[in-house]
Amino acid sequence: MLKEAEIRTFIDGTTNYFEIAAQQAATVGSPYLVTDGNPGAYEYTGVISISGARSGIVYFTAPRGMLTVLLMRMQETDTSDENIKDLVGEVANTISGNARRDFGKNFHISVPVVHDTEKVAAPHSRSYVIPINWRTHSAKLVVCLE
Amino acid sequence: MPMEAESKPSLKLMIVDDSNIIRRRIERSQQIDRLEVVGAASNGREAVELFRRTQPDVVTMDLTMPEMDGVECVQKLVAINPGVLILVVSALADKATAVDAIEKGANGFLCKPFTDRQLNDALEELLSEA
Repeated sequence: MLKEAEIRTFIDGTTNYFEIAAQQAATVGSPYLVTDGNPGAYEYTGVISISGARSGIVYFTAPRGMLTVLLMRMQETDTSDENIKDLVGEVANTISGNARRDFGKNFHISVPVVHDTEKVAAPHSRSYVIPINWRTHSAKLVVCLE
Repeated sequence: MPMEAESKPSLKLMIVDDSNIIRRRIERSQQIDRLEVVGAASNGREAVELFRRTQPDVVTMDLTMPEMDGVECVQKLVAINPGVLILVVSALADKATAVDAIEKGANGFLCKPFTDRQLNDALEELLSEA
């Protein structure tokens, strides 16, 4: 079960990422709890496994259109599938890594694993979903931790 | 007698990050005239090999990477050349990680995500030690 302050850490990490990396703020909707083990995904998902003080996964999932524009905002001209996958993993890695500021050094994060299907298996039944709106696009950060 | 401007020698830069986007971003965004990018590696093992071949003066180093992580790589690079300047560029934002990297031989720490200005300021500060 995540505490409100812990969810805030991920919300802040998400807004900080868009403000700095894309230099254009994202709006974050109210986080909600999913209890059926299926928090859902868009076309591309970067998954970070968490171990140590907490266990589970954190993932960032977004449609290709959003990731393409995000790459262009970062002055990246190569919008190949390889770079799209690289980006979705890097966003997940950055938000998860930044969370160590609050969770501490025993919040161990893996290298990203990227999926390009709209199905991601959550290790626990309960996940918090943080909806992200950026420009005309929707994405989400899913935090599934025990 | 006119003073001649003191020209500083150029320095070789190696970029280490498992993200191609970040490697390209650092190469594109760094605006320091005397830094010349001599190579980029996507993990610690590749970085050690490239370091031996190209003998860079300055390295930007990610921490979370497959095969060999950044902290282990920092130790290996410093063992090869104790004079190398290493800027850790990582998302791991806790203070203990930064302190650990510095203790292992890194000279500076820049947290991801970063702006172009933050990158260049961090590199300038690093080079002030050269």
